[in-house]
Amino acid sequence: MSTATPTRAPHSDVPTGHKSPEGRVGAGLFDPKQLVKSLPDAFRKLDPRVMVKSPVMFVVWIGSVLTTVFSFTDPGDWFGWTISAWLWLTVIFANLAEAVAEGRGKAQADTLRRAKTDTVARRLVEGREERVPGTELRIGDLVVCEAGDIIPGDGDVVEGVASVDESAITGESAPVIRESGGDRSAVTGGTKVLSDRIVIKITTKPGETFIDRMIGLVEGAARQKTPNEIALNILLASLTIVFLLAVATLPPFADYAGTHLTMVVLVALLVCLIPTTIGALLSAIGIAGMDRLVQRNVLAMSGRAVEAAGDVSTLLLDKTGTITLGNRQAAEFVPVRGTTEAEVADAAQLSSLADETPEGRSIVVLAKEKYGLRERHQGELAGAEWIEFTAQTRMSGVDVDGRKIRKGAAGSVITWVEERGGAVAEDADTLADTISEAGGTPLLVAVEDSAGARILGVIHLKDVVKDGMRERFEELRRMGIKTVMITGDNPLTAKAIAEEAGVDDFLAEATPEDKMALIKREQAGGKLVAMTGDGTNDAPALAQADVGVAMNTGTSAAKEAGNMVDLDSNPTKLIEIVEIGKQLLITRGALTTFSIANDVAKYFAIIPALFAAVHPGLDKLNIMQLSSPDSAILSAVIFNALIIIALVPLALKGVQYRPVSADRMLRRNLAIYGLGGLIAPFVGIKIIDLLISLIPGIG
Amino acid sequence: MGPVFAGVLQLLALIGALAIIHVPLGNYMAKVYSSDKHWGVEKWIYKGIGANPDTEMRWTAYLRGVLAFSAVGVLFLYLLQRLQGVLPGSLGFSSIDPDQAFNTAVSFVTNTNWQSYYGEQAMGHVVQTAGLAVQNFVSAAVGIAVAVALVRGFARSRSGELGNFWADMVRGVTRILLPLAFVAAIVLVACGAIQNFSGIHEVGQFMGGSQEWNGGAVASQEAIKELGTNGGGYFNANSAHPFENPTPFTNLFEIFLLLAIPFSLPRTFGVLVGSVKQGYAILATMATIWVAFIGLMWWTEFAHRAPAFEIAGASMEGKEVRFGIGASSIFAVSTTLTSTGAVDSFHSSYTGLGGGITLLGMMLGEIAPGGVGSGLYGILIMAIIAVFIAGLMVGRTPEYLGKKIGTREIKLAACYILVTPALVLVLTAAAMALPTPANSMTNGGAHGFSEILYAYTSASNNNGSAFAGLNADTQWFNSTLGIAMLLGRFVPMVFVLALAGSLGEQKPVPVTAGTLRTEKPLFTGLLVGAILIITGLTYFPALALGPLAEGLA
Repeated sequence: MSTATPTRAPHSDVPTGHKSPEGRVGAGLFDPKQLVKSLPDAFRKLDPRVMVKSPVMFVVWIGSVLTTVFSFTDPGDWFGWTISAWLWLTVIFANLAEAVAEGRGKAQADTLRRAKTDTVARRLVEGREERVPGTELRIGDLVVCEAGDIIPGDGDVVEGVASVDESAITGESAPVIRESGGDRSAVTGGTKVLSDRIVIKITTKPGETFIDRMIGLVEGAARQKTPNEIALNILLASLTIVFLLAVATLPPFADYAGTHLTMVVLVALLVCLIPTTIGALLSAIGIAGMDRLVQRNVLAMSGRAVEAAGDVSTLLLDKTGTITLGNRQAAEFVPVRGTTEAEVADAAQLSSLADETPEGRSIVVLAKEKYGLRERHQGELAGAEWIEFTAQTRMSGVDVDGRKIRKGAAGSVITWVEERGGAVAEDADTLADTISEAGGTPLLVAVEDSAGARILGVIHLKDVVKDGMRERFEELRRMGIKTVMITGDNPLTAKAIAEEAGVDDFLAEATPEDKMALIKREQAGGKLVAMTGDGTNDAPALAQADVGVAMNTGTSAAKEAGNMVDLDSNPTKLIEIVEIGKQLLITRGALTTFSIANDVAKYFAIIPALFAAVHPGLDKLNIMQLSSPDSAILSAVIFNALIIIALVPLALKGVQYRPVSADRMLRRNLAIYGLGGLIAPFVGIKIIDLLISLIPGIG
Repeated sequence: MGPVFAGVLQLLALIGALAIIHVPLGNYMAKVYSSDKHWGVEKWIYKGIGANPDTEMRWTAYLRGVLAFSAVGVLFLYLLQRLQGVLPGSLGFSSIDPDQAFNTAVSFVTNTNWQSYYGEQAMGHVVQTAGLAVQNFVSAAVGIAVAVALVRGFARSRSGELGNFWADMVRGVTRILLPLAFVAAIVLVACGAIQNFSGIHEVGQFMGGSQEWNGGAVASQEAIKELGTNGGGYFNANSAHPFENPTPFTNLFEIFLLLAIPFSLPRTFGVLVGSVKQGYAILATMATIWVAFIGLMWWTEFAHRAPAFEIAGASMEGKEVRFGIGASSIFAVSTTLTSTGAVDSFHSSYTGLGGGITLLGMMLGEIAPGGVGSGLYGILIMAIIAVFIAGLMVGRTPEYLGKKIGTREIKLAACYILVTPALVLVLTAAAMALPTPANSMTNGGAHGFSEILYAYTSASNNNGSAFAGLNADTQWFNSTLGIAMLLGRFVPMVFVLALAGSLGEQKPVPVTAGTLRTEKPLFTGLLVGAILIITGLTYFPALALGPLAEGLA
């Protein structure tokens, strides 16, 4: 017996948990050196045509220009100059945040570009090879690649088998097998053929290849604002207008009260009130979110998909490789009446010694662990003839010392025994059925020796649920996400595994049509569905799902249909993708809340500073006891600028995410970012004021 | 019994009465707006106005109905006032000047009931009953209709149909406002409010001299004035006038009337969206703010430390002795937190901070509990904003009542919350910057500024109460306040109905453990916080220069 040998070891069978994994490119941590490196970019972004894309920061930009111009009319006014300087710093800090976020992708883009160096393609024209630059390839061209060649473009293998080094895009050094037909036919331009010869049919135009798209994505060049980001921008713009109204209408009120407000003071007040913190960090948050996916080797083809991942309420997970280990393992040896367990174990072990499939190995291991049967090496058994598994016989085994031992599918083994005139134990069928019903796979073991041919017993092969999956599904349930296991198994087997793994539901004997129907049914109920897939027959479902993650090992059709590609081809990652999507939204919400809550303290700093001279009662609002009006306004402006830099690491890393219910998450984030946002500026502004008052001649 | 204790007892009685009435009234209103049967009298009305009450309207059609109906109302009321001099039953009053007639027509159609005239010296029986009283009913019914349309937007899916404006408006009058007002008027008459069509009496005064009194259909006007959160008094003294509000009981009863429908509508909302709990979360938000404001008002009015107040026991200036500080404070807070604007005491005479509380109540957008209908849709808009920000913090695209708050929804909600601050701040700034409007102030300093700020806040939020002292019967104020009332009423309605249409077209998102639970106390707390912070931030500078400067001095 055997199953197809996996061409690649499954990546991480154990879920990686929620800690930021060791990313291939740029660790998740924030390096202050990046700030310095990104400074030139931050200045470049001062161009008003760039600034106008962020309405909030554009207002600060205009304010900075106004105060600077105003300061020129009164060059002796240190206050005006200082405020202007800090307003410019506010804008630069915002640009810096974005530049740092983009900078992290640039390093990876450079690595990718190196892989894209101009290749020469060996194009097949009417059976003859001709050498053309990779950039001249068109869709449908056939090219030949042999060991040592760089694959010139994206395509499907139409002939041959080869091992390919895909480390240029996946960072994984172990070579992978690419072969014509089946679900492992897609190759990516820029990767290298290590052995053998393949013929590839080009499926993508130059400039639109996977690597090109990847470079665009990681550099942020292809970044478009996502729906939620646009909505948030609208809200921020409207808050900006509200504060613009509040500040712009203030001069006549102040004149009536008997005090004149200068342009500098008005701009300072406005900048403090508009939501600059979130306005400055919004695009960095979005870029960093995509970056976090890239670090986990997932390429999202659109930001929309990342956001949708946060909203997913149904996860379709393939059983094999996602929920269970890729292979079944032997769990027990069940003897038929009249034999002993040890006999079955011995025969099973003997028949499996040459079986290098994981199932075969697991039988040897079980025999050793449970019955103390030493593993006999093939060499020890002189004259042993090993019978390999074939699709026709559906059995494997060994002929040794006059004994013929066979193990295999129930029907085949029974036939084998009957052909040899042996008696089939009457309970063999029942035993096999019991195992099937429990979700296992029965393998019959039979022997033919001097006593004739007979069934010895049954090996119980079991699907092994990966460690930690039950807890993972429990977490998902708490997050409000329903998990559905997809399997080709019969309903009985599927049910048993579903129960063991703790998934909410299962789809047994699933055909692509069933999958499609399930997705549509869930979506009709307003749910967002995520799934993974690799085969061409998955493509329609991948396209229909709100989040469709195609495995990089899969076919081009699947990769085209999905809106994300997992370079590691690890289906378990879907869960992490959902978490990253949620984290992105949470970070936006948390910083918006923080930004708005900050305003309360700024009013308490600035309003008494502006009006206590004419309305002495308002000095009671100066609860921070700031040293002077100038210092109060300046402290608020400085705090407002510094908080942006202080929060850059949070924006890049994302707010800590734990899989808990919405209620608990809201409570926690409200406490930290709402309440914290109310209190932090009171403390911060007071400290800055204390420092300013130490400067001689001020305060 | 001390005055504070008396106030607490009255408040408890009021809360008890509201707690009893809100369930049956809320359920009844839900039934009114979901029934497909027409009453006989309603069929006659539909025939009369040529409307088909059974066609479903999309938001644009619904809006056309609202605007057309209101435009006709303004025109009719304007003409009625302009022609008063030639109409019979006008007690000999002459026609109203164009600017004041415009202001008054707009004021009553927009459910504001700002009055730049003295009722007993300007409006005869015909204008009062055929003009003003009619608008008291229909303007309130329009408000509820728009709120119900928004609720339908939440409740329905995959259809942009919001119901039928004509049916909603007519039913609001025939099935809710008329029967309730009828009962309320009888109670008021029984307690001493007047109800007649007599002429002007000259009455000798106790201290010598004489005074002119006129009669009128006061009790009936009073009932709908409070019930429809209108607030336009028959007499200039409004609910401080003994003919309108004779006893401490009628005072409490009138407060009850003006709160009854606004505090019951969350129940209607809960029933119509299929989750009474969601309604309670909204109700709890409204009630929290209302009770907190009353507490604050008592704190500033009872405990005011100034020599004159110390002697009087508390700040009694501008308050009726028969109502006292406790009940007057409840009235003042309730009238400004709804869009009523009726007064039984004079807000200008409250302490500096007390005046600020009445101002802030209106600035919140009159949503706790707010005007009939307008309070509900106002707070639902704030809920959408709060859900949008907080919803992100649970890691999902924000959704409220199963509807996603996307770009289109947030755009409309953002526009909604921009309208009144823009009107209030820009018009107040214009009045302060121009030379003439300031001549209308009676007081100088911060209090004078509060008078103008109050006028525009009241008009833009369709409240209608005045910070007495401002002479608002000038061309400038009649015109700009009229414009503020018009825009402050109908522009937000455009956004509300557009939002309703947008929500109604969506398919609902099912609730999971990952959904932000908007029926829990945590959300109520969040909503209260969002309302206070967003309004507070908008108006803080203006409030600092007015009531805060005065109150903290």
